Amino acid sequence: MSTAFETTPAALGTGTLFRFATAGSVDDGKSTLVGRLLHDSKAILADTLDAVTRTSADRGFGGENGSTQKIDLALLTDGLRAEREQGITIDVAYRYFATDRRSFILADCPGHVQYTKNTVTGASTADAVVVLIDARKGVLEQTRRHLSVLKLLRVPNVLVAVNKIDLVGFSESVYRAIEVDLQSVAGEIGLSDVVVVPVSALEGDNVVDRSAHTPWYTGPSLLDILETLPTTDELERGLEPFRFPVQLVIRPQGALAPELALTDDAGASFRDYRAYAGQVASGSVSVGDQITVLPAGRTATVVGIDFAGTSLERAVAPQSVSLRLSEEIDIARGDVIAATGTFGEVSQDVYAELCWLSAKPLREGSKVLIKHGSKTVQGLVRAVTGKLNLDSFELEAASGLELNDIGAAQIRLASPLPVESYARHRRTGAFLVIDPQDGNTLAAGLVKDHPGDHEDERYVI
Amino acid sequence: MSTQITDIPLVEHVETPLESLNSLDLLESEAIHIIREVVAEFERPALLFSGGKDSVVMLHLATKAFWPGKVPFPVLHVDTGHNFPEVIEFRDSTVERLGLRLEVGSVQEFIDSGELAERADGTRNPLQTVPLLDAIAKNKFDAVFGGGRRDEDKARAKERILSLRDEFGQWDPRNQRPELWNLYNGRHTVGQHVRAFPISNWTELDIWRYIARENIELPGLYYAHDREVYERDGMWRAVGPVSEPRPDEKVVIKQVRYRTVGDMSCTGAVASDATTVHDVVREVAASTLTERGATRADDRISEAAMEDRKKDGYF
Repeated sequence: MSTAFETTPAALGTGTLFRFATAGSVDDGKSTLVGRLLHDSKAILADTLDAVTRTSADRGFGGENGSTQKIDLALLTDGLRAEREQGITIDVAYRYFATDRRSFILADCPGHVQYTKNTVTGASTADAVVVLIDARKGVLEQTRRHLSVLKLLRVPNVLVAVNKIDLVGFSESVYRAIEVDLQSVAGEIGLSDVVVVPVSALEGDNVVDRSAHTPWYTGPSLLDILETLPTTDELERGLEPFRFPVQLVIRPQGALAPELALTDDAGASFRDYRAYAGQVASGSVSVGDQITVLPAGRTATVVGIDFAGTSLERAVAPQSVSLRLSEEIDIARGDVIAATGTFGEVSQDVYAELCWLSAKPLREGSKVLIKHGSKTVQGLVRAVTGKLNLDSFELEAASGLELNDIGAAQIRLASPLPVESYARHRRTGAFLVIDPQDGNTLAAGLVKDHPGDHEDERYVI
Repeated sequence: MSTQITDIPLVEHVETPLESLNSLDLLESEAIHIIREVVAEFERPALLFSGGKDSVVMLHLATKAFWPGKVPFPVLHVDTGHNFPEVIEFRDSTVERLGLRLEVGSVQEFIDSGELAERADGTRNPLQTVPLLDAIAKNKFDAVFGGGRRDEDKARAKERILSLRDEFGQWDPRNQRPELWNLYNGRHTVGQHVRAFPISNWTELDIWRYIARENIELPGLYYAHDREVYERDGMWRAVGPVSEPRPDEKVVIKQVRYRTVGDMSCTGAVASDATTVHDVVREVAASTLTERGATRADDRISEAAMEDRKKDGYF
């Protein structure tokens, strides 16, 4: 129990939270890298390590004396029975660790079948994605596809770990050649600022600490980079206009929280209480701000921002709060409260890119449900306007989409939604496509500008 | 309106956090968003409430989510009949203080009626599934909040925040809906229900730091106290009606605390001198064992004990 610990941000809960995901192909050592990060950042506790050491030994790993190179690090992350039996990772797994600087949430996304589904899922909430490359194999088609998906989803920080660098004799020339290939592919796709790090997940080189085996690499270790990158919210704070999907209306009338109901005064003052609960999707809101309720377009002034008995002057993304307004206007779940004058037009026709995540294919004419913010409406897929060739990253003609396809479609909505281009508004540009029959999630939707609008601004981060 | 309902000792709370939202603020905000989504989209939600620390934190988050209104759903406890008496007292006083309805599903009743058989090892945690599903069906609950966290177990690490369950309450880890952005899909058909885990992304340490920050009351056995215990399987077991020591097991009085509370017959205590919440935060941060590994005999049965229970409809 050292006193130094008590003053670290992680111990006090005053550090930030950073979400990242891993993506890679089969056998490029992703589970091993994740295991290494968890192990070397001391996130693996003794009983877990004992269990893994025992299982490793049973499988012929020479796990004596807890020597870390001798245990199967992948066992630290592969949690399901079938995964351990088959030595593969089946589903996205979430892992948690903290350093002195920040707390991490890691989405470990498997790289085999359904890799698009897993990568899209992990990337949708990630502040950063680490893509793995096997140093012996270099940049593969799958690397290209992963980077394309990350570009499409606008992941703010993309890192590439060139793994198994020990197996190419820590060769600088091998690494430099891969780096050149990578930057050229990233350039083609339009990804800027890709950070590349040579690592050996198995041996630990440049994962947590800088390695003596790679004197030609002068950059920081992978963990050092992850500790200092800005989060999505930090990057966008102050740049995005205020958006607030209303989750529910808080109007307790008689049903007050017991500690409030006990006092007559409070009971009286809360009798007419009415506030709109939600999470700030983007931007910030202050008391006194003019707001517009979408899609109806009525305006009002914010007179109060409440959070569990505390009045705030201002709230920022992603805080969950309740807003009180100057006028009693008709607002219900599904409406979006926006800063007045910052929103264009609501629309019943949506042009979007769809990442198709279901085995049930999409056909033109399909009826679907669209969940956007806190609202779900019916939609009709009028046309599939193309399918992305993930090798050339160009749209080609298609009339439907299959599992793992990324394509473009035009959808007619039963009622208008305040959608915005995903390229400029991450939250209000994203939606789910849901099967009206069984309720399953079919696709991740990213709103595009209507054809002809702002074409030049596509993909601007 | 500036009614301060919580007293915040450890971390200074900023009135307008602005650019300095810390990890607890972010986890709290995410959990409240999820709780509100479920309440808005489902007809009959309920919260699993045992009096254990995770369910107490869940209830605290719910009070914050709907302030100044009361928590708009009942709580459900699946009672193993092997409870620590002080936890049941705490459960009842909390429910009364917040004016909530308590539903109880009783493992004992199912054993008495012959629908469940006592296990050879005497532990009743795995027996909770049947009364849980029965209570869900009887009350027509379509969403059940749980305090499950992904850091607890390898199988839970793969659990969704909204987890769809079929008529048999089964979890199918290989066929889960993708969870994208902060858009949660709670669509379900008749007979199906959803388990919601708003604190999925919290760790044990986050829970304790939050309990300290929000000054949340817990059953006393979470803090160090003197208790009659004996050692079995490397854990300190309390002496009680369902956890009698064998003749060769020596009973001693030790200062212990519980990291988890559950079935008394399989929940172990840890030797500890952490008498305050701040002591516990320090102890958890310095711990070298996971909470389940240190205190749950049932999770030591096999590497996939939790996965197997969850597939059958467990929390």
